[in-house]
Amino acid sequence: MNQQELDKKLSEVKNKLTGIERKSDKRIYLLCEVQNSYAINKFLFEGVGCRFVIATGIDSDNCFEVLYHYSYDETGCVITIKAFIRDRKQPAIESLTPFLPAAEWIEREIHDVLGIDFKNHPNLRRLILADDWPAGVYPLRKDLPKAN
Amino acid sequence: MHNTVKKPVLAVGPFHPLQEEMEFFQLTIDGEKVTDIDVRLSYNHRGIEKISETLQFDQVPYLVSRICGICSASHPLAYVQAVEELAGIKPPDRALYVRTIINELERIHSHLLWAGLAGHFIGYDTVFMWAWKYREPVLDLLEEITGNRNNYGNVKVGGCREDVPNEIIPKLLKELDALEKKTEMLTKAVLDDPILHARLKGVGVLHKEDAIKYAVTGPTARGSGIAIDVRRDDPYAAYAELDWNVITQSEGDVFAKAVVRLLETIESIKIVRQALKKLPDGPISVEVKEIPPGEAIGHAEAPRGETFHYVRSDGGNRPIRHKVRAPSYVNVPSFKASCIGQDLADVTITLAAVDPCYSCTERLAVVDSHNMITHTYETLLRLSQEKTQRIKKDIGGPELKMEDL
Repeated sequence: MNQQELDKKLSEVKNKLTGIERKSDKRIYLLCEVQNSYAINKFLFEGVGCRFVIATGIDSDNCFEVLYHYSYDETGCVITIKAFIRDRKQPAIESLTPFLPAAEWIEREIHDVLGIDFKNHPNLRRLILADDWPAGVYPLRKDLPKAN
Repeated sequence: MHNTVKKPVLAVGPFHPLQEEMEFFQLTIDGEKVTDIDVRLSYNHRGIEKISETLQFDQVPYLVSRICGICSASHPLAYVQAVEELAGIKPPDRALYVRTIINELERIHSHLLWAGLAGHFIGYDTVFMWAWKYREPVLDLLEEITGNRNNYGNVKVGGCREDVPNEIIPKLLKELDALEKKTEMLTKAVLDDPILHARLKGVGVLHKEDAIKYAVTGPTARGSGIAIDVRRDDPYAAYAELDWNVITQSEGDVFAKAVVRLLETIESIKIVRQALKKLPDGPISVEVKEIPPGEAIGHAEAPRGETFHYVRSDGGNRPIRHKVRAPSYVNVPSFKASCIGQDLADVTITLAAVDPCYSCTERLAVVDSHNMITHTYETLLRLSQEKTQRIKKDIGGPELKMEDL
């Protein structure tokens, strides 16, 4: 697929998106709400054949964001799915690990540092936090009290 | 009488304090066969992403170059590319060439380091001695250009800190010629060795389908027939203007990964030579004022695969989020596909084949609950080396005494 065909392919999930940001030919951001994230991820990985790079969890002002970065290596295009989790009290998102083993570690990591629950994750143990780290303290949340 | 059979677990780790990747592998074994693998990591998590939020944009490169001593050029490069994309900064041409030169020298020394370690793991200490001997002048060249053998601290937002002085280019070219001959000799010696073929072919195979599922990158992917390379797919620095090839092998075994790395080293020498010859005149950096609000990604092909950085700015002087993904983060989980079903003696080299900075295994210990024998790293290394010796004997190679190893 060249870039135009890729754009056309991406428009197949248009109805699941809340917006598309196109910063350049090689940097595309697909915005969506949490409930559509699984389907769009599955489409990018299985339907388009993108390579999963990593996910980034962000504590935004009034929501959590989980950014799934994919690379379409044929054209060098990096496609990022930006999923917004509006529920700040019990943030949760569907896990990708059942069809994408590459996501296992990063989902565990985001669970550790931001306290986002990944539903149906087969193994949501701690990845980076120590065993004696207190429960319910999430180091990358903005409201974390600063150490003295 | 025991009515429950406990599975023997082989513990590799937890970590070596000098390495940047602390890993603890727990291999479930049935006799000689590995039946499951569990990985624990982050024993020495340094919170780089969190620290980055407290630093100014121009301070972060020096932080991220300390993520890994061996990849201390690729991490800051990926980061500054993200910031440059965010702020729309275009570094001068000469800076792009200097970045290319330093990053390729890094790849050369990293691949030679791996070749040496891999040789040691299978009891081929001659390879170890050769590879590390040839690696040394590369570090000297890096020191001559940047002032440091590792942690070069040479890349900054908007360009580079230190130039490659025109006066030393003839010397660099001469050193490269010498290095090329030696690397070619090493490559031929490895590729023609029937014992290495017998020892490494079909070992630790990572099939293409598994490589896609685990989203592996770098030589680990290219050894499994996936022709991806950020330098070619999303060109940065000066790679698009130079003539070089992406090396792939289809077998997915340890031998394929070794071939990919050795041939890549020769490609890297070609790249550095061209970059030195085409090095344009001019400044090596542009002035950077403010970083606007926004977000961007930067990625670069490190020796072990794609290094990926995501940076978000709110218009202040510090990133409000900075995500880093090193290549081993996706390469290491692929052990689940490549190690299960393997012989215990092959695990050492299979785990080493993705190049996860493997001296972590200094603290290897095996507990075999069938007969309560505790093996150490040394005995496992010996198992691996003994297997090479058996193959040597079968093929009729010269006999080596264990004392020589």
